[in-house]
Amino acid sequence: MGGGRIVAGCLAPHPPHLVYAENPPQNAPSSEGGWEQLRWGYDRLRASLAEVEHDVLVLLSPHWQTYVGTHLLGLPHFEGLSVDPIFPNLFRYTYDMKVDVDLAAAIHDEAAAAGLDVHMMTNPEFRVDYGTITTAHLTDPAWSKPLVVISSNRSRHYYSVEVMQEMMAELGKATRRAIEASGKRAVVLASNSLSHRHFTAEPEVPEDMSHEHITSHAMHLWDMRIIDHMVGGRAQRLLDEMPEFTEQAIAETDGGGLTWLMHTLGVPSYPAVLHGYGTVIGTGNAVVEWPAWKHEEAVA
Amino acid sequence: MPVHPHPLLAPEANEGYGRLRGAFEEAAKRIEESGADLLVIYSTTWPSIIGHQMQADPNPVWNLVDHDFHDLGTMHYDFRIDADFAHAWRDAAEKRGLSARTVAYEGFPIDVGSVVALSLLNPGNRLPAAIVSSNVYANRAETTVLAKACMDAAKGRKIAVVAAMSLSNRMFTQRIDPKEDRIHSLKDDEWNRKILEFLGDGRLEDVGQLSRTIHNQIRVQKVVAFKPMWFLSAMNDHRNDLTGEVLAYEALHGAGGAVVHLDPASNGKGDKEYDEENVEVFGGDRGVLDAVDDGGDQPEHRPDVGHTGPALWDPVERDDAVNSEAAPKPVGAYPHARRVGDMLYLSGVGPRQPGTNRIPGGPIHDEAGAPLDYDIRAQTHAVVANVERVLKEAGGRLEDIVDVTTFLVDMERDFGGYNEVWAETLGKVGPTRTTLAIRSLPTPIAVEMKVIAHLPQ
Repeated sequence: MGGGRIVAGCLAPHPPHLVYAENPPQNAPSSEGGWEQLRWGYDRLRASLAEVEHDVLVLLSPHWQTYVGTHLLGLPHFEGLSVDPIFPNLFRYTYDMKVDVDLAAAIHDEAAAAGLDVHMMTNPEFRVDYGTITTAHLTDPAWSKPLVVISSNRSRHYYSVEVMQEMMAELGKATRRAIEASGKRAVVLASNSLSHRHFTAEPEVPEDMSHEHITSHAMHLWDMRIIDHMVGGRAQRLLDEMPEFTEQAIAETDGGGLTWLMHTLGVPSYPAVLHGYGTVIGTGNAVVEWPAWKHEEAVA
Repeated sequence: MPVHPHPLLAPEANEGYGRLRGAFEEAAKRIEESGADLLVIYSTTWPSIIGHQMQADPNPVWNLVDHDFHDLGTMHYDFRIDADFAHAWRDAAEKRGLSARTVAYEGFPIDVGSVVALSLLNPGNRLPAAIVSSNVYANRAETTVLAKACMDAAKGRKIAVVAAMSLSNRMFTQRIDPKEDRIHSLKDDEWNRKILEFLGDGRLEDVGQLSRTIHNQIRVQKVVAFKPMWFLSAMNDHRNDLTGEVLAYEALHGAGGAVVHLDPASNGKGDKEYDEENVEVFGGDRGVLDAVDDGGDQPEHRPDVGHTGPALWDPVERDDAVNSEAAPKPVGAYPHARRVGDMLYLSGVGPRQPGTNRIPGGPIHDEAGAPLDYDIRAQTHAVVANVERVLKEAGGRLEDIVDVTTFLVDMERDFGGYNEVWAETLGKVGPTRTTLAIRSLPTPIAVEMKVIAHLPQ
């Protein structure tokens, strides 16, 4: 078919707190708000994505953790109740999602051809992870687009960040090839935070923002450095520093999402747009967009 | 017991999976025969961040599909949880300084390790069960205190405790034919066998002390470390003389899975020393959230080092603290007392004088440590006077004291004099009293009292 393309890539973190703060009808707990900086960031991301037509969201979630290869949702429809095992007081979400199985299978085949161990998940009773649901909801609250959901292969834990990067680079390139061959316009989403040291206590009112801040100055400095690379158009530099960042900031980039994202976008040299940054129970989170379609138009 | 779903869903796929299944069934039989009336699961596949979580849904029901091995099928569960025990455990944990909470939500995702354990070890929900998470940041002290809180809540019930965990947990990173399954590496296998040799000898505490090393050697460096052995060991008084038996040891997609029975009956070989801190109350970093609120208003707790002997500190301030200018400065970061409802709990009180730090009756040794003659009666009188000053600050008096623990550094020499002063003062008030001999106190004093008072409304 051909003619497909990635119109935008996004760092779209998944703290369930943001869904909780928004009080959508799908989520059982109710709140008085909170984490507005990040939620406003998602508002800006959604407004930006609304400017460009797209057919599908392709998402890699660090909370679908697989140790035996990379897995993709392989059935057209999933529905159920997602309860966050760590913050069940905040996130009990009834989901109903569509999957673009054709594109998922195409990514599977491209990745397998590249030598990666990949699997389609076809058990209809599988419960989709809350990271996927949170990022999908925050990016597309109407659930209007079908999704491709890719698991986070924990190769970082078996080998090293370097090996993880090599594998995620291949997966990112395979994802890009499959999208281009599909004829579809895709938004690719890496669902991970940046620095990832949590507080181990929660305020009595979880959305009490007087308690919310980064866990340490070192974490803040790392987050700002990484964001600076993003908005400065230095994706290669970001990848070069990924091992050190991942180790020192206990960053959720260990799940491979950000490396995968950079390679789906061809390691972009154009600046990313920072839509928002904020902390959630001490972890650093940024909503960032690489508006590939604008860059391609400018080049054309 | 191992956490992989294979013995539950596919025992026929590999002879080793079948042997593990048989070992689970044998363990279930032994649990039933033990007369246990509660099954407690500590599972590494339920990570938590906000302290520890205890499952408190009395009847959780769901269909679980494993994230990796979804092709093996679905695990349906319908469990009986002792919710009252879960609440009691949480309360006990909080009393011991831990952050803990219960969870009771429809559809809460019970982890695969707990589901395998309860399905195979507790068929038909014979026993009420409790499940606790493994906090990803918890160290040994926190895990030990969690176990002690569990025993607090048990109140004499007979518990069968299960650690749901792999030994080596490095799996093959690609799919394999189950018939070809083996331990991921020879090194992993050798470590596993060493662990099992210890456990077979009942040396549980030794494995606990090796946990960090084991984790570094044969574990995928995930956040949940090889910590269940800390929990198991603390539940068994840190003993090394249990009666152990390895019921099965097999590979599970490369990881090491074993079913081991540890009977608390002594194997008669004698115990070994316990050489790590045996923590009763957790005093970790739970106050981190208060950093913003309290930072600007709190006095700096910096020691005053402008004298000989231990540094003196300003008493810690907090809403329920009682601190007196008329009482001697603490020798650490603590308040003079804390008020909880009508109760007042005093920090240990010695005879040092406020302001001068002088010791009535004289110090018990000089700066070089050479013994000095001293007057225990004068010291005891000074202690009682200091106690009275703190009580007065709280609006109380000596007559409000209900319980005293006294520490003497020389029982043989000083008990008589101390007892005389007691009779003249606190003996007339009538609190309960315990007197202990200890080796030393932080300053060169001979007597210190720990006091609890019930204040008037």
